[in-house]
Amino acid sequence: MTTRFALVDCSSFYASCERVFRPELEGKPVVVLSNNDGCIIARSNEAKNLGIKMGAPYFQLRDFMEKQGVAVFSSNYELYGDMSRRVTNVLLQFTPNLEVYSIDESFMDFSHLKEEDVISHSKQLRERVLQWTGIPVSVGVGPTKTLAKVANRLAKKKAADEGVMVLTNTSDIEAALEQTEVRDVWGIGRQHAARLQAIGVGNARQFRDLPADWVKKNMAVTGLRTVLELRGSSCINLEADEVPAKKNICTSRSFGQPISTLSEIEEALSTHTVRCSTKLRRQESYAGAITVFLLTNRFAKDASSDYYSSKSARLPAASNSETQLLRYANALLKQMFRKGERYVKVGVVLSELVPAEQVQLDIFSVENTEKQDKLMMTLDNLRQRFGHAAVKYAVQGEEKNSKWAMKHEHLSQCYTTRFEQLLRAR
Amino acid sequence: MKENKTMRETIYWTVYNNDSGGPTQQLLLFSSSVRAGFPSPATDYASDPVDLNTYFTRNPAATFLVRVEGDSMINAHIDNDDLVVVDKSLRAVSGNIVLAFVAGEFTIKRFVLKPDGAYLEPENPKYESIKVSSPEMGQVWGVVVGVVRKFDKDHKHDNTFRIS
Ligand SMILES: [Mg+2]
Repeated sequence: MTTRFALVDCSSFYASCERVFRPELEGKPVVVLSNNDGCIIARSNEAKNLGIKMGAPYFQLRDFMEKQGVAVFSSNYELYGDMSRRVTNVLLQFTPNLEVYSIDESFMDFSHLKEEDVISHSKQLRERVLQWTGIPVSVGVGPTKTLAKVANRLAKKKAADEGVMVLTNTSDIEAALEQTEVRDVWGIGRQHAARLQAIGVGNARQFRDLPADWVKKNMAVTGLRTVLELRGSSCINLEADEVPAKKNICTSRSFGQPISTLSEIEEALSTHTVRCSTKLRRQESYAGAITVFLLTNRFAKDASSDYYSSKSARLPAASNSETQLLRYANALLKQMFRKGERYVKVGVVLSELVPAEQVQLDIFSVENTEKQDKLMMTLDNLRQRFGHAAVKYAVQGEEKNSKWAMKHEHLSQCYTTRFEQLLRAR
Repeated sequence: MKENKTMRETIYWTVYNNDSGGPTQQLLLFSSSVRAGFPSPATDYASDPVDLNTYFTRNPAATFLVRVEGDSMINAHIDNDDLVVVDKSLRAVSGNIVLAFVAGEFTIKRFVLKPDGAYLEPENPKYESIKVSSPEMGQVWGVVVGVVRKFDKDHKHDNTFRIS
């Protein structure tokens, strides 16, 4: 059996998600802004063609984009997450051997296909994802993951109605590598790319043909692995197994504007702590330690004066209890808070995580823990049914009205995850 | 790929839908988790309770809920404030009720093909049919496969509880 991988990548994913529910934006420039409406993090092709750059600050482009009729959206991760899940579910019908690589990319094992069926299969996959979810994807296929990535880049450059590129024979691969700059090869960082450029290695074909010894010596084993993958021998397997539980979990956000009062930071921190402990329970872990960090900005507009401070505490016993984590988080905050500072960000990190089944129960507190577990389960269920804002602690305050809430002035509806925000039709 | 993973998935991916060619549901047919304690005699017959989601949706990945505004489809038993279940995976055939996007707006109408073109027809004599003569004028977004109505329409109420 020939080893064969496909990389499926959603085209301008965030912008495409917005378009599914705003069909009038088809063919129009669309951009999506980062958290807090700071800078541009996603662009439709039409927006790219206007010269709008990735990462450009929104305020600099606001007037230009208005004149050009660019549709602007705040990032709506609730929507993008659900659409991503839908796309993955459609892909799973083609093979269960799938690795979700990011919110808009998946590797799939295509080894089971006959060579002559690969193109039609890829086209069918594209059509089905588009028909079922409204999201356009491009498909790149190659004998290794790295070559599938190369193929996908080239697929994107094709006409919009094609979007499929299959690399099988040597001459096709050769041509594809000639067209790919070495800095665009998966796994080649910026520094290595610059070094390679300096010694005259500009494209992926030249890189592939470097002596293995040189690569190993100068770019370590990972560099060598990339070269071998470009030569067609598969070294990076599909990580189809469930993602291992994270070693620590962090929730943090920048404030809409600098904050100097303790109670407002408490509100933000409490909301983050609740979200963070929900994540903790979702992966069925307990936390052994908690850290709170604050970002301070002394002088407005001068990012170089930003500094982080943090404080940690070890919990008496590993815990997944929100009420306990909230107590600790707010106590740490009180120790760190200084009057007169301009705080721009607060966050919480839960660490020393242990899987639920390994938790050493303190035998004197079994009863108490069981009660806590029940309460937490009830909270999680309520939130799943009614949304995260449904159950709140008084200390969280009203997110909508407060200064610490993020700016998202161009937020679309959560069309697929909230009853009160569904699409409406006459 | 590890052996046990493959095994589990073989058990997982069994329910197929004939007309789309893909599995319609991820049904976990058997769960082998072992718990300490006395085994329940019902373990081997474990099954989920009936689920309205599976009743309404054949393709969860392609199914969307849409809130109805107005009474243009009242004679098809679709009323103001109802939810309709829209399956985007289906291609509309003449006679289907569809969610369409026409003239910058979403609308729910009956899709009818006639010798002189495609029509979006209301189910209420108060409203006019819309003739769609070109794809630019409008497109079918998905096919309406069901309607959900609650007699107690509480969706507008605030669901916020507070504990302190
Ligand atoms: Mg993408």
